[in-house]
Amino acid sequence: MKAALLHRSKPSAKWFVKLITTFTFLLLYIPLVCLVAYSFVGTDPVSGASFFTWNWYSEALKDEGLRSGLWISLWVGLWSTLGATILGTTAAIALERASFPGKKLFDAFTLVPLIVPEIVMGLSLLIWFVALGLTLGAFSIILAHITFSFSYVIITVRTRLKDFDPSLEEAARDLGATPAQTFWKVTFPLIWPGILSGALMAFTLSFDDFLITFFTAGVGSDTLPIKLYSMIKYGISPKVNALSTLILLATILMVLFIFNPKKKTGLAAHS
Amino acid sequence: MEPHLKNSLSKSKTYWFAIPTIGWMIWFLVIPLIIVFIYSFLTKGIYGGIVYRSTLENYSRAFDWLYFGIFFQSVKLALFTAIFCLLIGYPMAYALATASQKLRPVLLTLLVVPFWTNFVVRTYALKVMFADQGPINSLALSLGLIDAPITLSNSYAMVWLGMVTNYLPYMVLPLYVTLEKFDFSLLEAGRDLGASGWNNFWKVLIPLTKHGIVTGSILVFTPALGEFLIPDLLGGAKTMLMGNLITEQFLKMRDWPFGSALSMVLMAVVLASLVVIIRLWMKESEASSSETMRDAA
Repeated sequence: MKAALLHRSKPSAKWFVKLITTFTFLLLYIPLVCLVAYSFVGTDPVSGASFFTWNWYSEALKDEGLRSGLWISLWVGLWSTLGATILGTTAAIALERASFPGKKLFDAFTLVPLIVPEIVMGLSLLIWFVALGLTLGAFSIILAHITFSFSYVIITVRTRLKDFDPSLEEAARDLGATPAQTFWKVTFPLIWPGILSGALMAFTLSFDDFLITFFTAGVGSDTLPIKLYSMIKYGISPKVNALSTLILLATILMVLFIFNPKKKTGLAAHS
Repeated sequence: MEPHLKNSLSKSKTYWFAIPTIGWMIWFLVIPLIIVFIYSFLTKGIYGGIVYRSTLENYSRAFDWLYFGIFFQSVKLALFTAIFCLLIGYPMAYALATASQKLRPVLLTLLVVPFWTNFVVRTYALKVMFADQGPINSLALSLGLIDAPITLSNSYAMVWLGMVTNYLPYMVLPLYVTLEKFDFSLLEAGRDLGASGWNNFWKVLIPLTKHGIVTGSILVFTPALGEFLIPDLLGGAKTMLMGNLITEQFLKMRDWPFGSALSMVLMAVVLASLVVIIRLWMKESEASSSETMRDAA
C-alpha cells in the first residue's frame, strides 16, 4: 500500500532532465560503439578502401604478450580475491560481533584503502617491497591487490551481518550447537551472499586495476591492463580495438548475469 | 552489543578474527605510508638511491612555482570534474529514480556497464573517437566541414572530457541510491504549501539528498586529484598533473625522496578537501533545513 502510494507520487522528470540524461548516455556510449565498429574495419594497403574483417580478433588472440597478460591477470585476480575475501570476512565478523580495545580505530582504518589516492598506495608499496628485498612480480601484485580490495569485502559482508536476526545464532546455541557449528551452519550460510558479492567485487577491482599494478609489477609480470596501456602508448592499433571490444563484451555479460540491477544484489549501491 | 549475542559467537573468541586483518593493515598500509613520510625528508643519491641525510629540500622544491602550477592545475581539474559530474549526474540520477518500472533496470544497466568497464579501455575509446583518422574527423571530412583532419587529441579539452565521462558513474550511482529512497510526496507537499519549483528543488530536494551529493563528490574528487591515466593517454606531453609528476619522479627520474614529498602534499590536499567537502555540506544542510522548518511553520 505504502509502496503503491510512493510509486504514484513519483513525478515524471522534466523534459530538460530527460534531455541531459539522453545526451550523457550518448556521450558515454558513442566512443564505445566507435571502438567496436573500428575493430571490424580493415584497410586495403593498395587502394586504401575499408572492408569488414575478423582479422584483428584472430591477431589479438594469437598475440603471445596479450595471452600472458590475460593469464597473469587471472592468476593475480584469483589469489588476491581469495586473500581479500578471507581478510574482509573475518574483519567484518570481528567488527560486528566482538568488542575489543581499539575497535573504533580499526573500524576507521578499514576506510583508509578507500581514501588514500591509488597512486600513493602504489608507490608506498613499491618502496616497501624494495626495502623488504621482495622481487617485483605476480606475488607483489597479489599483495598490493589484497591491500586495496579487502575493504570492499568488509563493507558487503558487514551489510549482511547487520541485516540478519542475531536470535538465529542464539537459537542454534540454545539448541546445543557449538560456536563452530553455529558459525558454519547458521552464520556462514546467511552471510554467504555478502561474501560472494564482496569476492566478485575484489576480483573485478583486481582485474581492472591499472595504477597500483603499474607501480608494483616487475619485469615480465605485466597484467592485461598494463599490456593494453603499453600498446596504446605505442599508438592506435586495430588489434587493441579488437581486444578492447572483447573486454567490453565480457563486462556486459558480467553485468547482465552477475551485477544484474534487477536482482538487487546491492552491488551497484556499495561501490 | 546486545547481551544475548554473548551466547552465539562468544565475544571472547571472535575478536581473534580481527587479528589477521589488523596485521595486514599495519604491514602493508601503515608501515608503507610511514616510510613514504620518512623518505620525503631524505636525500636522493647520485645513482638514484637513497642517502640517509635528512633535509627539507624536497618540500621547498615541491612548493616551487613550477610545481605549484601543476598542483593548481590538478586541483582545478578535479574540482571541475566533480562540479561538472554533479551538474550532469544529478539530473541523470533524478531521471533514473523517477523512470518507469520497466525503463529503470534498462537505464541502470546502461549506467553500470561503463562503471565496470576497464578504465584503460574507456580512455582508449575516447582516443580512438578523436584520433586524426577517427570517426569525428572522417565525418567532418565527408560532410565537407573541414579540408584536412584536425588534431583533436592531446589537448586539455580532451583531458577534461575524459575526466568527466570516466568519472560520471561514480557520481550518478550514489546519487541514484539516495534519490531512489527519497519520498517524492514531499515535493508535492512543498508545492501544496506554495513553494515554487525552484524553492522546492533548493529547499527540499537538495538538502534531503545531500548524503548522495557528498558521497558522489568525494568518490569523484579524491581519485581525480591523483589521476594518471587520462592526462597521460589523452593529454599528450602538454598536460602535466600531480599524478603524472609523481609517477615520473618514481619510475623515470628515480628521485624517490622528491616523489615522496609530492605524494605527502597530495595526501594533505586530499584530506583537506575531504574535510572541506564534509564541513561545507553539513553546515549548509543544517542551515537550509532549519530554514525549511521555519518556512513550513
